[in-house]
Amino acid sequence: MTTEAPTGEAAPQASSIGSEQPPSGDAPGQQRGKAAFVKLLRRLSEANVFVVTVLAIFSALVLGAILILVTTPAVLHSWGRIGSRPGAAFSTSWRTIAAAYSAMFEGSLFAPSAISHAVSTGHGWTTALTPISETLVSATPLILAGTGVAIGFSTGVFNIGAQGQLIAGALGALFVGFEVHAPIGVHLPLVILGGAAGGAIAGFIPGVLKARTGAHEVITTIMLNYVFLDLLTYLLTTAPFQQPGQANAISRTMPSTAILPHLFGSTLRVNVGLLVALAVSLGAAWFTRRSTAGFSFRVIGLNPSAGRTAGMDVRRITILVLTLSGALAGLAGMATLSGTDFFLSTGYGGNIGFDAITVALLGRNRPLGVLLGSLLFAALITGGRYMQAYTGVDLDLTTVIQAIIVFFVATPALVREVFRLRDQGEGPTRILTKGWGG
Amino acid sequence: MSTVALAPSDLEAPEARLIGAARQRGMGVFLLLAAVVMLFGFGFGTPAHEETTFTFTAPPAIAVSPLNMAARPVSIVLALVCAIVGLVLILRRKGRGTYLIFSFGIMLFLWSFLTWAARGNSLNFEAMLADTLISTTPLVFGSLSGIMCERSGVINIAIEGQFLAGAFLGAMIGSWSGDLWLGMLFGAVAGGIFGALLAFLALRYGADQIIIGVVIVAFCTGLTNFLTQEVLTPYQTTFNSPATFSPIAVPLLSKIPVLGPVLFDQNVFVYLAAALLLAINAGLFRTRWGLRVRAVGEHPQAAETVGIRVLRTRYWNVILGGVIAGIGGASFTIGSVGEFSADMTAGLGYVALAAMIFGRWRPFGALGAALLFGFAVSLQSFLAVLNVGIPPPFLSMAPYVITIFVVSGLVGRVRPPAADGKPYLPE
Repeated sequence: MTTEAPTGEAAPQASSIGSEQPPSGDAPGQQRGKAAFVKLLRRLSEANVFVVTVLAIFSALVLGAILILVTTPAVLHSWGRIGSRPGAAFSTSWRTIAAAYSAMFEGSLFAPSAISHAVSTGHGWTTALTPISETLVSATPLILAGTGVAIGFSTGVFNIGAQGQLIAGALGALFVGFEVHAPIGVHLPLVILGGAAGGAIAGFIPGVLKARTGAHEVITTIMLNYVFLDLLTYLLTTAPFQQPGQANAISRTMPSTAILPHLFGSTLRVNVGLLVALAVSLGAAWFTRRSTAGFSFRVIGLNPSAGRTAGMDVRRITILVLTLSGALAGLAGMATLSGTDFFLSTGYGGNIGFDAITVALLGRNRPLGVLLGSLLFAALITGGRYMQAYTGVDLDLTTVIQAIIVFFVATPALVREVFRLRDQGEGPTRILTKGWGG
Repeated sequence: MSTVALAPSDLEAPEARLIGAARQRGMGVFLLLAAVVMLFGFGFGTPAHEETTFTFTAPPAIAVSPLNMAARPVSIVLALVCAIVGLVLILRRKGRGTYLIFSFGIMLFLWSFLTWAARGNSLNFEAMLADTLISTTPLVFGSLSGIMCERSGVINIAIEGQFLAGAFLGAMIGSWSGDLWLGMLFGAVAGGIFGALLAFLALRYGADQIIIGVVIVAFCTGLTNFLTQEVLTPYQTTFNSPATFSPIAVPLLSKIPVLGPVLFDQNVFVYLAAALLLAINAGLFRTRWGLRVRAVGEHPQAAETVGIRVLRTRYWNVILGGVIAGIGGASFTIGSVGEFSADMTAGLGYVALAAMIFGRWRPFGALGAALLFGFAVSLQSFLAVLNVGIPPPFLSMAPYVITIFVVSGLVGRVRPPAADGKPYLPE
């Protein structure tokens, strides 16, 4: 049961629903004035969301910097001699942080020197654009899986199984990849469908369990993550998935007709998967805001009893949401497999499934918010890899920074207090999840 | 209802009792199916002449001679007994002890399974029980942590993160200071800090408890991975080579055949888990403190009305819950393998949560569930050695699959504390 109605968000939603079917009694002028007022309110609340998000990112980077400092021996050493050389302590600290964070920037967006070199000589554009291409490549699965998780959240279904669903999707795409032989125009769409189908099956299981037996999806989806991880390990050592003639747990490779083509030449890895992700993101935005099914999803997320009273089949919708959520995570698995990796190995997918959860929270469960959140986290991840390679600061720092960002985003009241922001009357934090009873 | 004396079962709605009867029949059918598997799979599936040996050797106990069994007839007899037990469950009227009878049937199945798995071989039964208890211990800590939090109305899904934090700091401090007790203390503190963070964000700011919990897990995973790379690996000998608590044999009791060494020759974590189990069980259901905690978890407004401080109770319980999970985390390192490795808790924090739900928010119920999961965890290593032809990935899947089955099938509709997971905003 959701407890507190989100005043900040529900008001514009309710009125936009109202404006689709205007009550006949109202004067049209009054209606328009009301709509404008509501629009203003929404702008204000989104400005607040914007401010909170920016401050959350800022705070996380500051805390991340402190973490770098306390784990760098040279810095600790210089602080140990603060009495004799106070300047050195500060300059060493500054240089350490600056090196780490500028590496992160250059690894995720662009290096100013590479850009100026490319501009002045006309060559080296690929080098200059590689970081941003890599960021887009990392963002692709995050957008897909994050949108899936967000659709679940806004329906009150807490899908933590994106990791397992991603593996299932990758297995589905791989299976279609090597079993079907067709020209790329036919084969590639089938591979995409295979990925979605694999993920959908993995999402369907916890959906049915929740609808039929009341088993809480938080437990079942987490457990299924481990089950799929083990299943992958098994399949990689057996036919037909294992690479023939290999003793290692490595899958067969995707044929060339099952590979997502690059968008900008062969060296930049950004590929058609990004377009799929953007299409899914736009589709999801339309679906949740404009379609009847999306409307009933939202109602059930806000108040299942109201939905039931209005004749909505809560069980069916629960199954549907988890299946859809799983299908999108499956597409993420397809995108990494057909876009960049081309074969599967044990522990496939790394941390994408869990990053998808934080991305969904960061994007406040709105598809376009998830899109922006994915770009940010993808930049942190690709930048983090670069940082690890060039400054030796471990990549896991980015996981910590991501978690801190979401801490702050999930408790806007905390940010408001820390930074003494004006209370915009947004009310208590929206409670998305439900207790164990379902 | 104006009757004075009500048996607890009378308080349940009639439909709830009907569901119970259906579940009892379901369990019976399950046991009948198990009996079929035992008869044809383990019984006639074993070559007639093969024998299985269970050994029961452990140093402090009085020696017990090994048990030699002809695998096929034993499994056939066990299958018949199991079928009878299943029929009893189907035919008897609903009454107490359903779970007990069902567990008996499951044990028959496991006996038969082990006889089949170890055919033509010998199985150290003693070691298997000991291993089960060791795998169970952190789960008991975890589910007790969950019970502490949820009985007061706060969902603690961050147990996994508190495990990791406790395991990390326990190993690091235990290694650096050379004092394992100090390591355990810091493991507890690490868990307590994340309990306090959960309490602070959930109680003061009314943040979504499940979301905060999931993010705490992400944070702890990232932080311990980061610090492992940056601190533990480069300074392995200083920070990541702690000793481990050695077993302490209880005089006399540890000499009991078979069960003695399993229960009474363990390290301090096992004894501590047992003590906490008894203390929390008695505390929750026999003391004024427990009554207050439960009141806060069921109906905070009512509790506030009679003068119980709701938020203060919740703060204390969530922080204590974190401390308990932190100690459980420390048992992963200084209680068993010593050194910390990234992601070493492997989702067992969530399994502990499932054990709590399966145990219906009661300490002894959770213990039963934790033993089941602990057995599934320890079974993997034994079956891997016996080479039974089940691929290793399926063995390692077992605890998770059992959790899913348990949460969806056996538990049925659970009734958590009524205010579980809901923020309480004082008027």
